[in-house]
Amino acid sequence: MSGYFRTRYAEDFALLDTRTQKAWFAVLVVALGVLPFLAGPLGLELANQVLLGSIGAVALMLLTGYAGQISLGHAGLLAAGAFTTGILFKEFGAPLWITLPASAAVGALLGLIFGLPSLRLRGLYLAVSTLALHFIVIFLGGEYETKRGFSTGIVIDSPVASARGWYFVLLAAAAATVLLALNLLRSRTGRAWRAIHGREAVAEALGISVPRAKLSAFVVSSTLTAVAGCLFAYYRGFVSAEAFSLYLTIQYVAMIIIGGMGSLLGAVLGTVFVVLFPYAIDGTMAALGVAERLSSVVFAVNYAAFGVVMILFLVFEPQGLVGIWRRVRNWFVLWPFRHKPIS
Amino acid sequence: MQVAVNIAVLAAIYALICCGYVLIYRVSRVLSLAHGELMMLGAYGLYATASLFGGHPLVAIAAAGGLALMVGVAVYLALMWRMTGESVLAAVLATIALGILLRGAMILMFGTQTQYPLRDLGWSNASLPVFGARISTVGLVLVLATAAVYVGLFGFLHFSRWGIRMRAAGQHPLLAAQRGIGLHGIYALAWGLATFTGGMAGMLIACDAGLEGTLVIIGLKAFPAALVGGLDSLVGALVGSLVIATAEVLLIHHVDPLLSDVVPFAVLLAMLAVRPWGLFGTREELDRV
Repeated sequence: MSGYFRTRYAEDFALLDTRTQKAWFAVLVVALGVLPFLAGPLGLELANQVLLGSIGAVALMLLTGYAGQISLGHAGLLAAGAFTTGILFKEFGAPLWITLPASAAVGALLGLIFGLPSLRLRGLYLAVSTLALHFIVIFLGGEYETKRGFSTGIVIDSPVASARGWYFVLLAAAAATVLLALNLLRSRTGRAWRAIHGREAVAEALGISVPRAKLSAFVVSSTLTAVAGCLFAYYRGFVSAEAFSLYLTIQYVAMIIIGGMGSLLGAVLGTVFVVLFPYAIDGTMAALGVAERLSSVVFAVNYAAFGVVMILFLVFEPQGLVGIWRRVRNWFVLWPFRHKPIS
Repeated sequence: MQVAVNIAVLAAIYALICCGYVLIYRVSRVLSLAHGELMMLGAYGLYATASLFGGHPLVAIAAAGGLALMVGVAVYLALMWRMTGESVLAAVLATIALGILLRGAMILMFGTQTQYPLRDLGWSNASLPVFGARISTVGLVLVLATAAVYVGLFGFLHFSRWGIRMRAAGQHPLLAAQRGIGLHGIYALAWGLATFTGGMAGMLIACDAGLEGTLVIIGLKAFPAALVGGLDSLVGALVGSLVIATAEVLLIHHVDPLLSDVVPFAVLLAMLAVRPWGLFGTREELDRV
């Protein structure tokens, strides 16, 4: 026997236990800290989008990837957070420290409502009921816009002025979300979510309250999503119902599919992929010399290419980017062997 | 009276779209969220054949119908057969991905302009008096076509060899396969028929109101009708369409025209809360301890 032994409980609790892990983590922290000073305006914008998106993606991953509850109402929840912020700001001039908790509270409430059908429905029917709720939230938002005369959208003053400032705000929010998710997942709650994902009947037999686990998954996920929506509203400085189309939901679902189900790293990798994808398409079109001819239909090219990529991942790499990463890592770890030796 | 006619036409639209959802779900337990896009593709098929066979409208319509049938079979053979046996989420997501792909491809091929296939066929859409109300010719054709499709499907599923096989495959795929029924053939046929009826709905709506991006939304709005009636029942689809269309037309008429996009989904939520398996659907097996 050889290897690394844990001899104290504190070591069991530590998120980073080996020296290598700590070293790599330090490298990551330094890299993330230095990035905004090296990147240009476009780089900063992309980094901010990734950070913002990863909050929503982690939230969806908790719900769908871990607890196994399908939701097609993610854009609706983002919209709920953004509209709560927008309405409070417009009507009462509320500052960030009121709008952020208020958005979270609205998110939690909606999570409860979104989650209630999950107690009776599963799989397909659940997906459909969340889809229905999406349309209703968007309708209410649009109704507010037209009734109050903000037909083009609500303009919000951002408390953070520079893109670099935003980077650190969003980095802190994303890091907090990931930390919260990591800790939730290794606690009783997270284990209960994985158990109901595996099989509800067995989870129930093990003493897990299935309704409670399902509702907590919905509430946690939608609270985080609504917070992301609130940050989105401040970041864009603008809220409108059109921004939260079904396509946004599809993008978030694509993030967790492409990243890899059941992995927080996957959620982040998927976000990077989905955010950078349109720019990659732009670059490809420019390289092929068709950018000018297609300039009026860029969004259509994006749609089509996005569909193709999603299909390719679903068919050929259901484990997503994380699956590829694990295979590559194992290849190096086991080299020169192809399989783990049978000990 | 006009309200009743409006309800009938809208219900016919929903019912014609719904039977695609029901066919695919009943046979292969997959929910196709690309149905709206496939509908639109059918309509664009008519637009293309109408300019190709100018002067022979009937040939154009027949060609467009055949095209829609083939597209459906092709969708199954190219994509969906890989998804059989995968989780519900994976199959639904595959149809969503297909939907975006088709939407992008259609914009690239046909542009975003509103098209009028009826004009290209060389016909006009006169308004006819019926029981003291007015109905457009295409609207009347829609109602008749829906009736014909439902009667045809009933006959096909109950009396023809392939229809009986299809029902068997839907009821118990394993047993059906053991009795020598080729499941892939049946599934492909179901996708073909669903796309054919959906494409027909798309063509008729395009003839009535013009062919543009909103067609996809109509396809999505028809889907609550299928669920309210019960996802695996054709009779349910008819009843569900009638319920949704009635609620929608009455609320638009008396409350707020903006409600049009929401009403079907609100009715759906109410239904899911009370009777998730729909009015006529079979109750799913629950694995409770």
